[in-house]
Amino acid sequence: MSAHLLEATGIVAGYRPDLPILHGIALYVDEGEVVTIIGPNGAGKSTFVKAVAGLVGITAGRVTIDGRDVTGRPAHRLAGEGVGFVPQTGNVFTTLTIQENLVVGGSALPRAEAVRRTDQVLSIYPALASRRSEKAGVLSGGQRQMLAIARALLTQPRLIMLDEPTAGLSPMAAAELFTLIRDLVKDGAGVLMVEQNAKAALRMSDRGYVLAEGENRIDGRAADLLANPEIGEIFLGVRPGTAKAEGG
Amino acid sequence: MFLQHLVDGILSGAIIALGAIGLSFTMKILRFANFSHSELLTWGAYFAVVFFAMAGVFGNPFAAPIAPFSFGWPLLVALVFSAVSTSVLALVLHRLVYRRLSRTAGHMTMVFASFGVALLLRNFVLLIFGADPIYYSTALQFAIRLPGGIRVMPDQVFLLGLTVVIVIALHLFMTRSRTGISMRAVSENPDLARVSGVNTDTIIAWVWVIGASGAAIAGVLYGLTVQLRPELGFALILPLFAAAILGGTGSLYGAVIGGLVVGISENLSVMVIPSTYKPAVPFLLILAVLYFRPEGLFGERNT
Repeated sequence: MSAHLLEATGIVAGYRPDLPILHGIALYVDEGEVVTIIGPNGAGKSTFVKAVAGLVGITAGRVTIDGRDVTGRPAHRLAGEGVGFVPQTGNVFTTLTIQENLVVGGSALPRAEAVRRTDQVLSIYPALASRRSEKAGVLSGGQRQMLAIARALLTQPRLIMLDEPTAGLSPMAAAELFTLIRDLVKDGAGVLMVEQNAKAALRMSDRGYVLAEGENRIDGRAADLLANPEIGEIFLGVRPGTAKAEGG
Repeated sequence: MFLQHLVDGILSGAIIALGAIGLSFTMKILRFANFSHSELLTWGAYFAVVFFAMAGVFGNPFAAPIAPFSFGWPLLVALVFSAVSTSVLALVLHRLVYRRLSRTAGHMTMVFASFGVALLLRNFVLLIFGADPIYYSTALQFAIRLPGGIRVMPDQVFLLGLTVVIVIALHLFMTRSRTGISMRAVSENPDLARVSGVNTDTIIAWVWVIGASGAAIAGVLYGLTVQLRPELGFALILPLFAAAILGGTGSLYGAVIGGLVVGISENLSVMVIPSTYKPAVPFLLILAVLYFRPEGLFGERNT
């Protein structure tokens, strides 16, 4: 049996070793699929992706990428080993130009390769290419997300993690972003996404996980989770029987 | 008289600027007010003394001055020697004290640790070199007369020119090189820089090297115009902080403009207040900036 693209087992992590936020989370992502983590505030969703990205210390458990143990590896090394991460806030360097943001994104690559990949990524996002010498701080929320994803794509990551990518975006910009995210997995990458906009996110995902209080609660196919009244009641604020009706 | 004070202010401002660049970067990137930074100026100045002592084995380093300056080629080599030695000292301090503390302690602990490090560094200079003033050169130097009755020493012109060259070089480094751009990225958002593949430990080492080199060069250049004493750097601590805060932490141009403003203000102040109150000027500038524009003149607000 081939290994999952990302497999996390028994993850215990937190901002302080004596105060864990995650209490044994288990999760996997395969190639070519979009997996969404949902759950109420304080469930540990963001902490989990930060722990996998190397920003939050893992005190127990194991993280593997393609079967390779990467538990506790520094964030800058993970970036060079096929893990791309787009944080929720501060996802671009606002005081740097678009071009400079991409230069930083290519830090893990050899110089010539970084230049080649920057041109390649900018050809995918022409809206960024035409404004490459502008400061990222002048971009709109949607454009910043686009730049953040472009930056994360520079290293051609096999796993792309996005922490609440649609936060603060208009419904139209969020829909465009979801289309963009779906496109990412066409080439075989896997996407792990944390979303507050649970219903919309599950609709464009293959599978989903529901976390609460730092623990796994429910997981399964995204369509099944959308139809699960228990999730509507507990996590989405929807009364049983109305979940499907409100799903539009 | 006014023009003379203005020129003197620009010259002393250039030294303050060189020292403040490193302080500004450490405050922004390492996120603590490093009160031991000014001692790196002292060590830089004294490392040059060590170099001259070693070079003296082969003859007097000032024996063949490059006219119209008071010094010869050995001083230029001494600047490099001093910058490298001070950088090594800063990296050792980082490894032994600051890196260790940054993992476990808060910013205030780092600040108080820097007070302790400053005391140690100052007293080690006293222990090794003694309390007596030292001169790089005792040769007499004649001032150049400029229009408007302004007089400047040739060494001061060199000091200003070298400062301009260093600032341009740093500008190119920060805007064109991958390391420089990464340094600005770490300054704004260290976590995002990490997940982008930037090794922040390497960047922090670069911050120390740039900061210590600037301090060392400022120390040596200052030593050209004054006598060397163990309190050389300590006397500049307030102007350095005033320049870094006035310019906005993390800003190269902010540190330069801040340094010039502090230098000029100090020198012009003696036209209206007794010179004994001159050290109070940077302090007043700090208060004014913190009240009216806490992010400094060039401090960038993240949007």
